[in-house]
Amino acid sequence: MAMTTHIDVVSAESEIFSGSAIMVYAPAEMGEVGIAPRHAPMLARLKPGEVRVVAQDGEEQRIYVSGGILEVQPHVVTILADVATRAADLDEAAALEARERAEKSMHDKTDAVDYAKAQKEFAEAAAQLRSIEALRKRAKR
Amino acid sequence: MANEKEIRTKIKSVQNTQKITSAMEMVAASKMRKAQDRMRAARPYAEKIRNVASHIAYARSEYRHPFLKEREARHVGYIVVTSDRGLCGGLNVNLFKKTVNELNEWSDMGVGIDICAIGKKGIGFFASIGSNVVSQQSGLGDAPAAHELIGSIKIMLDAYKEGRLDRLFLVYNTFVNSMTQEPNIETLLPLHAFERDDSLDKHWDYIYEPEAASMLDQVFMRYIESLVYQGLVENIACEMSARMVAMKSATDNAGELINELQLVYNKARQASITQEISEIVGGAAAV
Repeated sequence: MAMTTHIDVVSAESEIFSGSAIMVYAPAEMGEVGIAPRHAPMLARLKPGEVRVVAQDGEEQRIYVSGGILEVQPHVVTILADVATRAADLDEAAALEARERAEKSMHDKTDAVDYAKAQKEFAEAAAQLRSIEALRKRAKR
Repeated sequence: MANEKEIRTKIKSVQNTQKITSAMEMVAASKMRKAQDRMRAARPYAEKIRNVASHIAYARSEYRHPFLKEREARHVGYIVVTSDRGLCGGLNVNLFKKTVNELNEWSDMGVGIDICAIGKKGIGFFASIGSNVVSQQSGLGDAPAAHELIGSIKIMLDAYKEGRLDRLFLVYNTFVNSMTQEPNIETLLPLHAFERDDSLDKHWDYIYEPEAASMLDQVFMRYIESLVYQGLVENIACEMSARMVAMKSATDNAGELINELQLVYNKARQASITQEISEIVGGAAAV
């Protein structure tokens, strides 16, 4: 039996995922990290993207997060997501629209604060789209 | 004795009121169940972030966060969670009484007070007693989103970091059961629960990504936010159950009132019939 680690994904409003995994991938701010069981304690900030949880049978769960905190203890991984919803539930049209809106305001506004906000929105929308595309490819197979 | 028609209209109007209050009772009951679910749903996050925060306190980090340092209290902050709407019995009034008692103690000691009011009732109350309300938030509805709170909490946390506040408290109603709600004042800052225990023989620290200072800052901010969010969600559950109870007693009272009025009405009706008969009899005897 392969070694597993327990993973909890929670957002302020609800619990999203709880289970064991042989590998967890998370979009840390300084690049994607892969966490195997017995990883050294780590605390990392997450950027918008998807968390992938590989279960023991090789099944992969994808959870979209728009930022948050990743805490790693040797046998427990905790993801405190800011807003996290199942990737399959995401509305592609809304994501596209959000991206368009963000792109538009990125071109229109020169204000530093607005620019940063728009960039963040853009990153979020792009991450949502990526995870939807990935899901779709899997569905076709 | 009041005349029949008058009493009939009165009964009608009480019945209408009773219909409204019993409808409100049922609405509050169903909302209470939802609010309780929401309260439960928010718990895992609160538990997890509490774990993380206590792990951090045990880790041998070089960096010591301002939230963990105790200072002499010269200026205190209160985050007061109240309901947006009334008709919920003494829920808000009890909360204000308890808060004002504490505020008076602080001001007797010459300590300055800043208020962050969440909910319309609180905003109105603290404006009327002339408190220094530094931030406010209302209209969050029955299903508040955690991110809507961030702004008003941040004002208080920033003030604490800059040393303008030395203590931060959270005031809200705790949900004991659907009949009992208790006003509660909780210390948010400094974070007493996570005082570092140097006697513990644990020589480890996290790998921080990015650096420790901003990471710890974020964790503690989120922790406080989650506590306030929990307080808010719990307060909504309290509001609904308090309203349910208040509306139930209003409905019962209306029922009693209707019974009494019905009795008066019957008597009046009987009296008028008796009078009519005696008039007829009297008239017949005259003929």
